[in-house]
Amino acid sequence: MPKEVAIIGVGYAGFRALTPEVSYKELMYEAAVKAYEDAGVDPRRDIESFVTVAEDFTEGTSIFDEYVPDQLGAVLKPVHTISGEGLHGFIAAYLQVLTGAMDIVAVEAHSKASNILTPDEIMAFAMDPVYNRPLRANPHFIAGLEMNRYLCETGTTREQCALVVAKNKHNALYNPLAAYGASIAVEDVLESEMVSYPLSRLDMSPRADGAIVMVLAARERAEELSDIPIWIRGVGWCNDSFSLENRDWTNAIYAARAAEMAYRMAGIRTPWQELDFAEIDDTFSYKELQHMEALRLCRPGEAGLLVEDGATEIGGEFPVNPSGGSLGMGHLLDASGLARLLEVVLQLRGEAGQHQLSDVETGLAFGWRGLPTTSGAAVILSN
Amino acid sequence: MTAKIKEFPGVGLRESDFTERKVLFTEWKPDARYAWDAGVAIGRYLAELKEGRIIGVRCHHCRRTVVPPRIFCEWCFRPMDEWVYLEDHGVVNTFSICYVQWDMERLEEPLIPAVIEIAGASKGVGILHLLGEVDPREVKIGMKVKAVWKPAAERIGAITDIRYFKPIN
Amino acid sequence: MGLRKVAVVGAGMTKFVRRAQETGKELAYEAAKMALDSCELTLDDVDGVALGTAPDAFDGVHMKGEYLSDGAGAWRKPFMRSYVGGGTGVFAPIQGWYHVASGLFDVCLVVCEEKMSSCQPHPQGAFLTIFDHTTERPLGPNLLWIFALEMNRYMQTYGLQKKDIALVSVKNKRNAADHPCALLGDPNITVEDVLKSEVLAWPVQRLDVSPVTDGAVALVLAAENVAKRITDKPVWIKGVGWSLDTAYWTNRDLYYPKYVEYAARMAYEMAGIREPRKEIHIVEPYDPFDYKELHHLEGLLLADKGEAPRLTAEGVTARTGNMPVCPSGGLLGVGNPIAAAGLMKVAEIFWQLRGEAGKRQVPGKPITGLAQAWGDLMQVGTVIILGIGG
Ligand SMILES: [Zn+2]
Repeated sequence: MPKEVAIIGVGYAGFRALTPEVSYKELMYEAAVKAYEDAGVDPRRDIESFVTVAEDFTEGTSIFDEYVPDQLGAVLKPVHTISGEGLHGFIAAYLQVLTGAMDIVAVEAHSKASNILTPDEIMAFAMDPVYNRPLRANPHFIAGLEMNRYLCETGTTREQCALVVAKNKHNALYNPLAAYGASIAVEDVLESEMVSYPLSRLDMSPRADGAIVMVLAARERAEELSDIPIWIRGVGWCNDSFSLENRDWTNAIYAARAAEMAYRMAGIRTPWQELDFAEIDDTFSYKELQHMEALRLCRPGEAGLLVEDGATEIGGEFPVNPSGGSLGMGHLLDASGLARLLEVVLQLRGEAGQHQLSDVETGLAFGWRGLPTTSGAAVILSN
Repeated sequence: MTAKIKEFPGVGLRESDFTERKVLFTEWKPDARYAWDAGVAIGRYLAELKEGRIIGVRCHHCRRTVVPPRIFCEWCFRPMDEWVYLEDHGVVNTFSICYVQWDMERLEEPLIPAVIEIAGASKGVGILHLLGEVDPREVKIGMKVKAVWKPAAERIGAITDIRYFKPIN
Repeated sequence: MGLRKVAVVGAGMTKFVRRAQETGKELAYEAAKMALDSCELTLDDVDGVALGTAPDAFDGVHMKGEYLSDGAGAWRKPFMRSYVGGGTGVFAPIQGWYHVASGLFDVCLVVCEEKMSSCQPHPQGAFLTIFDHTTERPLGPNLLWIFALEMNRYMQTYGLQKKDIALVSVKNKRNAADHPCALLGDPNITVEDVLKSEVLAWPVQRLDVSPVTDGAVALVLAAENVAKRITDKPVWIKGVGWSLDTAYWTNRDLYYPKYVEYAARMAYEMAGIREPRKEIHIVEPYDPFDYKELHHLEGLLLADKGEAPRLTAEGVTARTGNMPVCPSGGLLGVGNPIAAAGLMKVAEIFWQLRGEAGKRQVPGKPITGLAQAWGDLMQVGTVIILGIGG
């Protein structure tokens, strides 16, 4: 039985398409100040270690690690970067507390996506330099390939994917943090410009800027510092094959394996019964459905039908992405998973405001690193 | 273990293997472009450079005046209290005489990068810049130097609005 | 309650070469496979993989960790990449340590890779963008600047001469002549050779600097119960420490690496070490430049401030001295594939403590050793202490 660890503070800033008034440091600083206030800790005195999440080419800086300690209150303290999903960073912080060597650890992830002028070129730079890059195709073709195979294999329809977009953008209307709330119809999605068949422009989540900081604490400190500690019940993470030639194009194996690890740790056997809601990656509309199936929130091929039935709406049997997800809040690059987790924390605290779910005790967050990766991480929380 | 292993993996190639195309390879020039938001602190710093001034910030808590400016004190983790105009001269904290470019090509004239402690900021607080109008052999740690600004019309709000720092007596 | 004990049980490395025929993925595979073979494990025994690799700009692949993942043995496994610039090579085993010490994993594979030669026309290009994009990059800085600025400050503070520092380069390149994977071992190099080498950015000269290198290194870490089944010579991770100083590097005095001291104190405390100079028998401090070894010995509290050059001159740090420093040959001699170079230092301590270092074996049966790396903008220290017995 691992040691009990809780989230005792969350802070966030930005969550808008553009944030020209602040630098990335100032954006991170705002999120950090709020998180430390929320947790009731002084970072210079209380926080023993810091994890930050970054990739050099999304920052435009080699060794971005250099530029993080000051605005987090982390100067001359243990700090390291995880070049992964925000949830990987979160798990790294959690593991440090589990060792018993640390009691209070903070994690930070952010996006200044608006500062990247050539995002698709940079995405292409992540592809295999010998096998795939010479094809000179916009990497969104990978999502097209996967979506096509997924729809074909499971009988899911483009309309069902469009319903995900409509649902998430609608949820976002009730979330003051969301940048892309809208009332749109299935037809709007279907008729939007085709990017890489069958993926259309509105099937893709638009990018946003933002920063998130969370403070984790071991049981004793958590209970001392917080009235509403949110407990970490299970974590899991996994990579499938990076190679486009060898990967599974129908199933999100990385999600299935990450979730199994987290469920095992949390003692969860039937996730759709034991979880109350989920915030899961919806970088592309079909990804929400594919991930629901991989995470065993329904049977294979069933996710599209559940969306049709309204089961995953805020008032439905099993709400998925009540925050609006990335489709509604905006895609925060590698901070996206931490944004999903933030919503789980706010829901479990009863602080989600207009889109608060009733009677929720346990929720799941799942993050995927986006194209062209097969890398994901899952976290289960309870209040 | 290294004692037992006779053959380690890894094959070293020569430069000629590439130039003579004895090995196959692919090339790629990434088109990675950015427009970084300067934000509050550096935004003001650049605007002041355009006016021919160096500005710093002061924390009343630890009583440090620092440059380049930031909105937070990294030591006290609280907001900075005030903007402070600094002098455009200072003292060489350390320097180098650099004979190569980043691609290791030799330079005709060496560059002299230096950390310059700016007068008006706390002791030891400096910025990175270049030295000019000086014989490289004459440069010393502790030497007093002054900013040589571009003419106002040519200044754009960038660190290069200062051409370099030159020695003063 | 004590911490869960974690041991290093296997290690592997590729040759360090100027330009490898292998891709980065293949280098990672070769090192990982060798590490697993060395302790007779297979990938099925591995619960997860910790990867260390430095700037993506070297290999020329964005999200380099994802690209390397299957080569590093992470297919369908938990996989995470940590990154603290040049400090990464010693941080990756710290990451592996917390994976196992958390209780979640029993066996963790740690892999570090760097293929610097992919970056053309010169890997220095990858370092152009380490400087602040607004306040520094417009000045056209290159990586040598910061080392030269720091070295000059260090020399000035203690009144050191270039010849005092060149001794480190000579010692390490000579040591490397006994390393089967070394790129720049030279049994005959002299101080004069270093002093006569091309001036790059004064006071830095060509032979003060470690070379651009391709290579990979891997370790296998295991929890106590598993480690004792795998080997009768587990090497325990006794302490770990890391610390990151401010990004405003022009606001602090570069003569002393305070962040290394903080990282070392954290590791000493965890290891229960009160008198490091007596209790640490063998040291692999980070030596990408010769003065760095001296700087770091002082930061590690293994030499008084400004005294490391004297220890070097007196032979204390020689392989047969009282406190052997960089018996591997270090980055100056074996080569510097950034993250892999740091992990090579940890592997060296592992082999030395097990008495398996062959021609490089230090006398006197050391039982505790320390490896350290450094990185970012003269900013981060990473420290790991290994020991046998206890
Ligand atoms: Zn202060």
